[in-house]
Amino acid sequence: MSGGQPFLEVKDLKIHFPTEDGLVRSVDGLNFSLERGRTLGIVGESGSGKSVTSLGIMGIYNKRNAQVSGEIWLDGEEIVSAGAETVRKLRGNKLAMIFQDPLSAMHPYYTVGKQIVEAYQVHHNVSKKVARKHTVDMLGRVGIPQPDRRVDDYPHQFSGGMRQRAMIAMALVNDPQLLIADEPTTALDVTVQAQILDLMHDLQAEFNSALIVITHDLGVVAELADDVLVMYGGRCIEFAEATTIFDRPEHPYTWGLLGSMPRMDRPNLDRLVPIPGLPPSLINLPTGCAFNPRCAYEDRTAGLGTTVQPELNRAGGSKHLVRCHLPTEERQRIWLQEIKPKLEA
Amino acid sequence: MSERGDALLKVKGLEKHFPITKGLLQRKVGAVRAVDGIDFEVYRGETLGLVGESGCGKSTTGRLLTRLLEPTAGSIELDGRDIAHLRQGQLRPLRRDMQMIFQDPFSSLNPRHTVGSIVGAPLRIQGVKTEHGVKRAVQDLLKLVGLSPEHYNRYPHEFSGGQRQRIGIARTLALRPKLIIADEPVSALDVSIQAQVVNLLDDLQDEFGLTYVFIAHDLSVVRHISDRVAVMYLGKVVEIADRESLYKNPRHPYTVALLSAVPVPDPRRRDRTQRERVLLTGDVPSPINPPSGCRFRTRCWKAQDICATEEPPLVARLDDPASHQTACHFPIAEDETVAGRAPAKTSA
Repeated sequence: MSGGQPFLEVKDLKIHFPTEDGLVRSVDGLNFSLERGRTLGIVGESGSGKSVTSLGIMGIYNKRNAQVSGEIWLDGEEIVSAGAETVRKLRGNKLAMIFQDPLSAMHPYYTVGKQIVEAYQVHHNVSKKVARKHTVDMLGRVGIPQPDRRVDDYPHQFSGGMRQRAMIAMALVNDPQLLIADEPTTALDVTVQAQILDLMHDLQAEFNSALIVITHDLGVVAELADDVLVMYGGRCIEFAEATTIFDRPEHPYTWGLLGSMPRMDRPNLDRLVPIPGLPPSLINLPTGCAFNPRCAYEDRTAGLGTTVQPELNRAGGSKHLVRCHLPTEERQRIWLQEIKPKLEA
Repeated sequence: MSERGDALLKVKGLEKHFPITKGLLQRKVGAVRAVDGIDFEVYRGETLGLVGESGCGKSTTGRLLTRLLEPTAGSIELDGRDIAHLRQGQLRPLRRDMQMIFQDPFSSLNPRHTVGSIVGAPLRIQGVKTEHGVKRAVQDLLKLVGLSPEHYNRYPHEFSGGQRQRIGIARTLALRPKLIIADEPVSALDVSIQAQVVNLLDDLQDEFGLTYVFIAHDLSVVRHISDRVAVMYLGKVVEIADRESLYKNPRHPYTVALLSAVPVPDPRRRDRTQRERVLLTGDVPSPINPPSGCRFRTRCWKAQDICATEEPPLVARLDDPASHQTACHFPIAEDETVAGRAPAKTSA
């Protein structure tokens, strides 16, 4: 972190895929930064570009199919323009990833131990014996009982929760500074999810890594994230501290997400307040604001909504950014008077 | 639900054991006891939520109720008639009264059939007389679930997940059934779409007086939609109660653990030192060799000797009304301090 530069900085990241049907703008101009020890939650629905963002940062894309532009600075190093070999050395070492489905992310023919040992030896010049000892330690750290025995098991011999723990062990074995978790608990049952969320929280504190959690579940975001980035149609539409997102959200889409979600900590609502319509196609984004066909307040923008794409502007909270044509005071008024009472009724 | 209608569905001692066979002769060497003796009733016009983690037998129960599977033992009474062992030919008329909504809107619609033929199939198969023909009936159904009648000639791949689930729901409604078994109907959908489908199911229930059995693992969705909730663990119902009663005063340690594990969408509540979360250790035991006595005892912090020897019956515990039944020797009282959970009063 030389000269006040943030640990991770993403500048105007664009990831486009040319297809026969047209150009798919999966990520279209994304900016954010993240410090070590902090957690960023990226929220969005399927097709909002959240997973493609993570693959972009990890450098897991085929340069022949994907058009990537912009800058990703990791600890003073730019990785979009860096060569494949440079990124390969970073991957698994300085940056690591936890995938959604541990069964398909691990190789079924090799023991769990062998796969973690391999990940360690790629980046450390040590003997197999040392790497294995380190692996057993790591499996113990993530809460796998009898790690010295389980290290020789195959992935299918682990339960879903255990497998996810093993994958976290694999991601952490090289002590990465940036950890990206893409829907880390979506495939798991709630009781196991609770264990894994606690584990990720504790390990992050221990390793002081920067963590990006990608999810569609606002509950998971509330559990882990310091800051939240809401994505829609490949762009950031709202960014704020987690408390702001839940207390004083200003984008109509974020209101919709909160209204769509039944909550156990509140009295039961008679009806959910869903967002009408469907998420947009990334090939033919609506002109103007990408959210305008589903927005209930589009008529209050004096026609701007369907013609001009709104900029990501400062909003009420600290660090708070919102991409919306409505003035801040108007949005705050709508939230307080029209939306919030409905959700807490 | 102060006034309770009569029971539309009565399930008694329902069991499904899947045999495990070995060798050339398919010798039976054991059984997966997926559903192992459950009793419950579903009242007319209500929604019964069935929750539990993967492998608890909730989906198998759904398939038994619709008779996609034949139970090993027990009875299923629909409208006073035992349907547990009806033969294939006798089942067809039954499907008019009982339909199923499936989880995956991608694999439950035939990709080579048009929407019209998918939604109209139940009408054609059952030989239902429609006033203005099948096409008109189907278009009315499509309108009912929020699709456009012009979608009649399109194919499933032209629709998004949420729209496909609506097509599935239209097909379910074609015969105007009394009972709908919905197996994870919204879990494959995005949050914003999930809410649309939940609201649609709500509206249809009001309009047609439908009775639902709603199978799901998402406790927040189940709380939203259900009148009563049954919690399953390893092939057994461990607790069944009215919604408010279950979510406010869960009695079974498993229910308590399950409810406390749901992430609360409120960042201020995540202070880990005073959170009210019960963390279960270990994994769900295998349904091939379930633990003796109470099946939850291997993961329960309250387990004592009796739990290993005697299976707790599903009855009302403490001062609960008869409608709140718990299968536990040591049910949890309201003011009890649970391992890792501060009593509600002090944490406020």
